[in-house]
Formats: sequence, C-alpha cells, structure tokens
Amino acid sequence: MGLRTYIVTRILLTIPTLLLLLSMVFLVMRVLPGDPVALHFEKKADPAAMERMRQILGLNKPLWIQYVDYLGGIVDIGYFLQHGYPNLGKSMQTFEDVGGQIFSAFPATLELAIYSMIIACVLGVLLGVLASKSYHSIADHTVRIFGTVTYAIPVFFLGIVFQLIFSIYLRWLPSGQRISPLVEPPATITGLYTIDSLLEGNLYKFAESVKALILPSLTLGIILSGMFVRLTRTNMLETSRLDFVTAARARGLKESTVTYGYVLRNAFLPVLTMMGLQFALLLGGAILTETTFSWPGLGRYIFERISFRDYTAIQGAIVMFGLFVALVSLIVDILYAYFDPRIRL
Amino acid sequence: MNEVKAEPGVLTRLTSGLASLTRKGSSGWMVIIGLVIVAALVVMTAIAPLIAPYSPVKSMVGPIRSPPSTAYPMGTNQLGQDMLSRIFYGGSIMLQVSALSVLVCFLVGVPLGLFFSYVGGYLDSTFSLIIDAVYAFPGLVIAIAIAAVLGPGVVNMALSIAVVYIPSYYRIVRSQVLSIKELTYVEAARSAGAKWHTILSRYVFPNVIPSIVVVATINFADAVLTAAGLTFLGLSVSKAVPDWGWDLTDGRQFLSSGAWWIITFPGLMIILLALGFTLIGEGLSEILNPKLQR
Repeated sequence: MGLRTYIVTRILLTIPTLLLLLSMVFLVMRVLPGDPVALHFEKKADPAAMERMRQILGLNKPLWIQYVDYLGGIVDIGYFLQHGYPNLGKSMQTFEDVGGQIFSAFPATLELAIYSMIIACVLGVLLGVLASKSYHSIADHTVRIFGTVTYAIPVFFLGIVFQLIFSIYLRWLPSGQRISPLVEPPATITGLYTIDSLLEGNLYKFAESVKALILPSLTLGIILSGMFVRLTRTNMLETSRLDFVTAARARGLKESTVTYGYVLRNAFLPVLTMMGLQFALLLGGAILTETTFSWPGLGRYIFERISFRDYTAIQGAIVMFGLFVALVSLIVDILYAYFDPRIRL
Repeated sequence: MNEVKAEPGVLTRLTSGLASLTRKGSSGWMVIIGLVIVAALVVMTAIAPLIAPYSPVKSMVGPIRSPPSTAYPMGTNQLGQDMLSRIFYGGSIMLQVSALSVLVCFLVGVPLGLFFSYVGGYLDSTFSLIIDAVYAFPGLVIAIAIAAVLGPGVVNMALSIAVVYIPSYYRIVRSQVLSIKELTYVEAARSAGAKWHTILSRYVFPNVIPSIVVVATINFADAVLTAAGLTFLGLSVSKAVPDWGWDLTDGRQFLSSGAWWIITFPGLMIILLALGFTLIGEGLSEILNPKLQR
C-alpha cells in the first residue's frame, strides 16, 4: 500500500469513529439525563422559563431531530466559514454560541499543551535513556521512583504546591494569568501568546507570556513525563537486548553511537505512538491544570460550565475535545506510517 | 481411598507468595511495598473511629486554621476541624469509588472482551471500533460528562470512572484471546466437542488473568486520581463526609494565607494511595514481561 492510499484509508476510517463518538456524547449528554433543562434548573424554576429555554435551544423538538440538528451543526461548513467556528449549539447560561466561546478559549489550552508536551518528552526521554544505560543501579532506581511517583501525583496537587512555593512564598513566578494584567496581550494571529508576541517583534511581551507559562506547563509536563520515562526505559532495555545492537557493539562502534544511533532510534517509535495517545491524557490533565492556575483555556471553561450546570456548553466542549483528539491521532498515524513503512503493509 | 492432604493455610500461602516475590529483585519489592501501603491505608480507614482523636465532622474542636501542633498534629482547617481525624476517615470515599469502579470494569470489560474476540468476525470488529473510540477519548472528559449528568454519589462516580477504563480491559483481553484461541490445546478442546463457554471459561480465561491483574491495579491508581480530579472540579460525592479530595479542593482558597497544612496532608494521602497501586501494577507488569527476562 502506498503512503497516499494509506492516508486516504485512514481518513475514511476516522469518519465512523467520529460518528460513533459524537453519537455517544449525544447519548450521554442529551438522552441519559432525560431533560437537561430540568437538570439545569434543579427543579426549582417556573415552567415558563424552562419552556422558553427549550424553545431557544431547540430542546423541545423530538430527540431524533435534535440528533440530526446536532450532527448537522458540526458538519455545517457554511456556518463555519461565516462565523469562524463550528455550530456547537448555544449555552444554557448566556445563550451565546458555544462554538465561539470554545474557539476563543482553545488557543490557551493549545499553548499550554504544546509546552507541556515538549517538557514531558525531553525530560522523559532523557531520564529514560539514563535509567536504561545503568540498569539496576542507583540512577536507574531513582529514575524509576521518579517515573512511578509522578504517575501517582494528582496534577492539580503538584500545581497547588508549585503555586504555594514559587508564587506565594518566593514570589518568583506569577500564577493565575496568561500574561501580566499590566501588559496588553499581543494581537491575535495564532492565539498563542508566545508566538504572537514574537510575530509582533515584542520581546517584553514574549518574556511576560513565557513567565506565566512556566508553572502550568512545568506542572503538567512533569506529571506526563513519568509515562515517557517508563516507556523509554522499557523500550531501551528491550531493544538493547536485540542481536543487531550486540552486532553494532561487536563492530567496535562507540557506546554513544550505539545508544543514540541504534537503540534509541528503534526504541523511539513506540514512544512516538505514545505521544499521540498521551495527547488525550494531556488534554485531561490540562483541564485540571488550567483550573488550578486559573488559565483561561478550554479546561477552565468546562470547570465554570459545570458549576453553572450548563449542559449544552459542556457537550460542546466535549465534542471539541473529541474532534481535536481525532485530528491529532490522525496526524500521528500518518507520521508513523511515514517513518515506519512496515505499517503500510 | 484417597489420601486427604492438608491444604496450606491462607497465611502460609501468603507468606510463601511474598517470599517468592522478594526473589524477583526490585520489581518484586515494588509489589510488596505497594501491597503494604494499600493495606495500611485500608486498615487505617477501617479503624478510623478507634484512632481518631476528634470527630472528623465536628467543627470548632480547636482554633480556626491553626498550624500543626502537639494538640492537633496536622493542624485544623477553616472550620476548626481536626485535620488528623479527617485524614484518618478521609480515605473511605476514594477507596469505595475506586474499588467499585474496578469491579464494574472487570465484570463488564472482561466478559465482553472474551466473548467478542472469541466469536470474531463482523461483530468483533464493530464492537472494537466502539471501544477504540472511547479509548482514544480523554478519559477525564468522559468521566466529567457522565458524572455531571448522573449527579453526586459513590455509585455514580464509580460508574463514570468505570466507563473510561472498560476499554483497557476489553483491549487487553482481546489481544490475549486472539493469540490463545489459535493454540493447539484450545483447538483440541474444540474438536473434543467442548462448548464455547467451556472453552472460554476453562481454557482461555485462566491465561488472561495475569494481564487483567496488571490492568486492574493500574486502573485502581487511575480511579483514585480521577476521583480526586472530579472532586477538584466540583463533582464531589458529598461535602458532608470527610474526603481527602474534598479537603484538598476546599483548602485551596486559604492557600494565599499560608495555611499549607490544609492541602498538604490530604494531597499526600492521595499520592500514597495511588502510589501503592502504581507500585503493585508496575512491579507485576515488569515481572510478567517476557521480553525483559534473559
């Protein structure tokens, strides 16, 4: 199978998966609760207000029409081109477009996710290689303890501890903002403050946004790195026992060449797949990290919507997460097929 | 007449099991340490009424937000409740939720995995597609959606967490069954006329158990963390019952006043519980990994 055929097949396979996912979200958020409007009002509102809300949100229609509307809204390209975001319904609280609210919150989450992922990968792969090089030594045990303990720490607890130490006691780093309130945020081009401020050529704004990013992305990055440490270590250990590594050593290659050029190169593919899978975990962690640091992203949006019992908004945010994860896993799979031709067989 | 041989007692079997674990090197020790941590926390929660110096829910047993002292070793919170007593009691919700969710996962994920992968064909591929869709989705997001809709409660929280982890069980069982069902002894059983449920329960299932145990222990750790996360997001089981997750969430607002003890001790307890299960799971998976055995 050629790469192009593989990509087309993979994209076609994404469609039923997405359809299933969207249907499940609908099932959980609309069908399971019975009446989300009653749930929103907690049974203590006048029927007229509840009826009005049903009318505005289209929740008075038969369930299957709601389902068709819901799916139709998501794939409505015309709406997307006109507004710049997909039609994900209206909020129960503000009656604004959920899609618009989500799209304005999303870049903050993306920025946090990208930097956390970089920290997690670099830290994870470095420590994993270190541990596997000294199997069953003190360094190995220390790294393993790190990998195990980070897995067991609730991400928000680490965030709170970092906040307590670095912004409340030491006052080194800010928390609870994307950029200092005294600084005008950079003009929105990508929505990522670090990139937008660089595009503007404003190094001061760049430094300010990096400062605000350090604690949240370090928190999430350290928690995620545990997974990469363990995976890199196990894969390095497994790969270094294979014959081609022994052969490379026997040919007199330098140990560093063997480690990085032979073992890591082959041990890295599973780590790459894991990165794709971890993206889902990363987004889950981002919800908690954002809530801890009052980071104005999608996670904080969900947190606020939960407290308002705004079910349509929660549903929209979950759909958005689903679309995003599907897109990322599609990209990772294509990259994987590109790097490893065996996948395409 | 058959000779009746004395079955070794539970305690003897347990100690010999632990002794054989110590011979497995550091991975074996991880399992033992994990087991000790989990057992200690379960016992602590169970005997909390006997060891707690104060009532965990009575307010003003001491001054408000007083730092750790000899009278209140872990300090008091904003309601003047004794933190040490709350720590002793506070594990029960988390233990109940995680145990229940693991049970649900096991009862749903394993039979589904066994059945569909053994039958194979169209049914299997369709169901696997559904499972993969759930598996790829951010677990916490699914749990949030379900917990938000179902409302508070131990059972509801356990269910919302279980839905996230059922795919892990299904997938691990499926991958094992696919290889086991082609083995000669299964084929022999089939040709001898064994029914499909006999083959599954007597010949296939026992071989899947080790992998399920690993998944279940990791699932336990994840369930503890997810339960804490849901509580942190305001989807707590109950605010009336002492709970580490709730104390950690609620104590956050007093952080800027420097009251570190209100959040630190509950946080450490959650870590300890999750760590116990992680150690068991990681140790076991290393012991069972054939690729790491020379």
